[in-house]
Amino acid sequence: MRFEINYKSIESVAGPLVVVNKVRHAAYGEIVKIELGNGESRLGQVLESASNYAIVQVFGQTDGISIDKSSVTFLGDVFRIGVSEEMLGRVFNGQGKPIDVGASIAHKEEYDINGAPINPSRRAMPNDFIETGISAIDGLMTLVRGQKLPIFSGSGLPHNQLAAQIARQASVKGSKEFAVVFAAIGITYDDATFFINEFRKAGSLSRTVAFINLANDPSIERILTPRIALTAAEYLAYEKDMHVLVILNDMTNYAEALRELSSAREEVPGRRGYPGYMYTDLASIYERAGVIVGKKGSITQLNVVTMPGDDVTHPIPDLTGYITEGQIYLDRNLNNKGIYPPINPQGSLSRLMNNGIGEGKTRADHRGVADQLYGAYSRAIESKNLSSIVGEEALSEIDKLYLKFGNEFENSFIRQGIKERRDIEKTLDIGWELLSMLPEVELTRVKKEYIEKYYRKGIAKVQQ
Amino acid sequence: MGVIEKISGPLVIAGDMLGSNMYDVVRVGNAKLIGEIIQLKGEKAIIQVYEETSGLRPGEPVKSTGKPLSVELGPGLLSSIFDGVQRPLDSIAARSGNFIAKGIDVDPLDKKKKWDFVATKKKGDFVKEGEIIGYVQETPIIKHYIMVPYGIKGRLEEIKSGKYTLNENVASVKGSEQEYEIYMLQKRSVRQPGRYARKIRSDEPLITGQRVVDTFFPIAKGGTAAVPGPFGSGKTVLQHSLAKWSDAQIVIFIGCGERGNEMAEVLTEFPELKDPLTGRPLMERTVLIANTSNMPVAAREASIYTGVTIGEYFRDMGYNVALMADSTSRWAEAMREISARLEEMPGEEAYPAYLPKRLAEFYERAGKVETLNGKIGSLTIIGAVSPPGGDISEPVSQGTLRITKVFWALDKALADSRHFPSINWLNSYSQYLEQLKEWYEKNASKEFPEEREKAMEILQREAELKEIVQLVGEDALPESERATLLVGRMLREYFLRQSAFDPIDAYSSIKKQEAMLSLILHFNEKLHDAIKKGVGLDAVEKINSIGALARMKEWNEKDVSSESSKLAKEIDSEFDRLIREEAESGKSDQEVQK
Repeated sequence: MRFEINYKSIESVAGPLVVVNKVRHAAYGEIVKIELGNGESRLGQVLESASNYAIVQVFGQTDGISIDKSSVTFLGDVFRIGVSEEMLGRVFNGQGKPIDVGASIAHKEEYDINGAPINPSRRAMPNDFIETGISAIDGLMTLVRGQKLPIFSGSGLPHNQLAAQIARQASVKGSKEFAVVFAAIGITYDDATFFINEFRKAGSLSRTVAFINLANDPSIERILTPRIALTAAEYLAYEKDMHVLVILNDMTNYAEALRELSSAREEVPGRRGYPGYMYTDLASIYERAGVIVGKKGSITQLNVVTMPGDDVTHPIPDLTGYITEGQIYLDRNLNNKGIYPPINPQGSLSRLMNNGIGEGKTRADHRGVADQLYGAYSRAIESKNLSSIVGEEALSEIDKLYLKFGNEFENSFIRQGIKERRDIEKTLDIGWELLSMLPEVELTRVKKEYIEKYYRKGIAKVQQ
Repeated sequence: MGVIEKISGPLVIAGDMLGSNMYDVVRVGNAKLIGEIIQLKGEKAIIQVYEETSGLRPGEPVKSTGKPLSVELGPGLLSSIFDGVQRPLDSIAARSGNFIAKGIDVDPLDKKKKWDFVATKKKGDFVKEGEIIGYVQETPIIKHYIMVPYGIKGRLEEIKSGKYTLNENVASVKGSEQEYEIYMLQKRSVRQPGRYARKIRSDEPLITGQRVVDTFFPIAKGGTAAVPGPFGSGKTVLQHSLAKWSDAQIVIFIGCGERGNEMAEVLTEFPELKDPLTGRPLMERTVLIANTSNMPVAAREASIYTGVTIGEYFRDMGYNVALMADSTSRWAEAMREISARLEEMPGEEAYPAYLPKRLAEFYERAGKVETLNGKIGSLTIIGAVSPPGGDISEPVSQGTLRITKVFWALDKALADSRHFPSINWLNSYSQYLEQLKEWYEKNASKEFPEEREKAMEILQREAELKEIVQLVGEDALPESERATLLVGRMLREYFLRQSAFDPIDAYSSIKKQEAMLSLILHFNEKLHDAIKKGVGLDAVEKINSIGALARMKEWNEKDVSSESSKLAKEIDSEFDRLIREEAESGKSDQEVQK
């Protein structure tokens, strides 16, 4: 049952918040419509409800709202969007309204954009290997369907290119292509159109839904955009049996909107002014990924988080890392060396990797190769640090070898073309080629049987 | 019956609440959400609500149940998965499908199932609180003892074996003033620590099968440990390994504000994995509490207490219980969020001033005890801490470290090089080493405590030498110190590193750990002896036993003693050969000089 009550009792407007007096029985989280008095209207949401007043957060600018002319209508419901398969191929604004030339969306159902937590006992273990065709990811931080894996990046690093490449190339053996739900959260017009054009060029626009909140759109709207996108994704995944790849770009802008709202409410700030509940709030977004028992579809999240000042301990990447199942870490040094994608294995991780690799999924030696490459690369970094102090000449033979390994690893394993797609066999073979540079006693992380099978076999072939 | 006056996030202020008590459980609004009174002010009550509050309106009713937050204890707990306020997630799914709806009222334990109760006391026996009157064989391994609830004392008027549900009484007790019905089910308030006769100093380690833990930083049964580490340092994998392999009879695993997929992992893996001691599925000894990060924040606060109360209950039956809480930081953050909404004066980093007290109270519920019925049981608590940015100077880490006796310092640099478990051997400590010494001498070997010290010395010396190498290069070191570097590396790579995902390496018995450690130390002795006799390190690096030492991890438990004596002989003969060759080449050099 919906009942709408109109109030003309705005008491104050400050930042994105409007306090309405004499309100009775406003529901916590209820959506309100604010009529400015000049024919325009804005949407808002109840943040605090008491017996005689309600605090409303306005999605959009508060300019034009006046104490005496504007009125507030309580719509008796939480924020919902209409969902349907017709959303595919369309572009929406940050509040879920179509902004392309197409017709309005006919829908049968409306979903609460806040969703509801997936019952942990109904979750199925994500274990389908996603081949992205990018060696660094497939080999070392394997992505699986139903995972949430952010890209930790910095300003000026090619996270957009990488996210687009993954969206273009990602595939699961024996399965249909991914549907993509793309949410631009406070990014520039250029960056947003880059993605749309990429999808168009790859011919995947017809299975993409885009929600666009640009840098100059109202920041409070950013609280809605990822939730709307995920609601659309949940509909496509769990009702329409699609495998959905969600790209939220950029979650740093989301967190800043959250901080803005928190400071407007004069809440006690946590670290660096971000609210103390930011972990919980971010989790309510990131946790909307996964696979559900008995459902054919799934939601995989690939979110961009730009680290302010490249600082991984900044609250936004820090709290994100505690919630997501690993991260892809882009490194400015690698980027400066001209290596694309500049993924640094140190600092990167996929927590669900083990479920997606091995015999029958990728290859039996995958775990060992990945561990050995990680170990060897970190030893190579040590050797490099050492050489910068004592000089390369003073290094022991083995350190020199590792130094060489490190360079080769960056240049032939990590580096690859922006259009290049390597299958997992190829990736692992490159891995073995690199490991073959090292003496066999160094390979303590790979099982004997795989050493016998793959070690120096490629090179032997070349020599013949 | 009260009325909602204000709603702000998980906090509700209700008026007209006279007659209710502090910490009473209340039902909030028309949706009957579960809440708990956390402050009383005149006729107003401040309530933290354990469910999502959106949709609540001022004016809706609030009803007190008159009872504090409590858990139901009885047969059926094992292999269950509950949310933070002990609602079984399966029953919630049966009601509301794949997503968790609001206001669902489900019984924590199945009241329809009949359990086979075997009485061990008889009519006329005098019983008092905590005493065992019978049992239910809940799993093939675990006897679920039925104990007299708190506050009851008297003579058994009636007691009957047979199949009963949890709602049917199995005994009645006549006290001095009134008669009590006794069921297989009892309730305990979660915020009250359980009762016991006395605490006992523990002299037995909780064997976890993790080499770095059991050998270097063991935890006593009934002890406390803190595992702080930044994200990606392997906290969760370590907690899972401990839940899988530790030799506790009952494991309580609390997923407090963590990832949903991790709980799915536990739910998929545990029923398939076998307990190394009993051969039964791990799930049969496990109680899971899952309040993932997207579930309501206040229930996260409750989940820790729910878990520890269930743990105490099994401890009271005389079992060794291990409780893992992942992560206590989320619990502390839930406290912080509630405190901020209450507009309390914030303490350090906006945490409430009572944070250290709450942490201490929680960890103090661990211990090895003589229970009220005379059995000996233990409750071990292992708490993960997630410090922001990995900086453990923050209040939750510090508050925890002040109380816990074991500190497993997880190290991001180790994790990045895929050295797992990434417990840093230089920063970690265990204060139980002394009291467990005797146990190790008896069960590992007489020399084990010394071997551990020796190995630790090598590791510390290695770290110092590595700093020197950073400045001057390895070639500038004398042979004997380069040998220390070699052995240090062996200890790290061949002993400390352990794969949680390899079926054999995931668990090492204490015998295997002892064998591995003493072989590396044996190699160390031989190596230093050979160097004294003029053998060059380059020659040593080529011998086969180094490779064989690297593969000790792959040994099957049953082959440990045969493999280790074989390898010891190989080491001896290879070094003998090196020394012989060195002596001969020395001789021939002399001859050449002549």
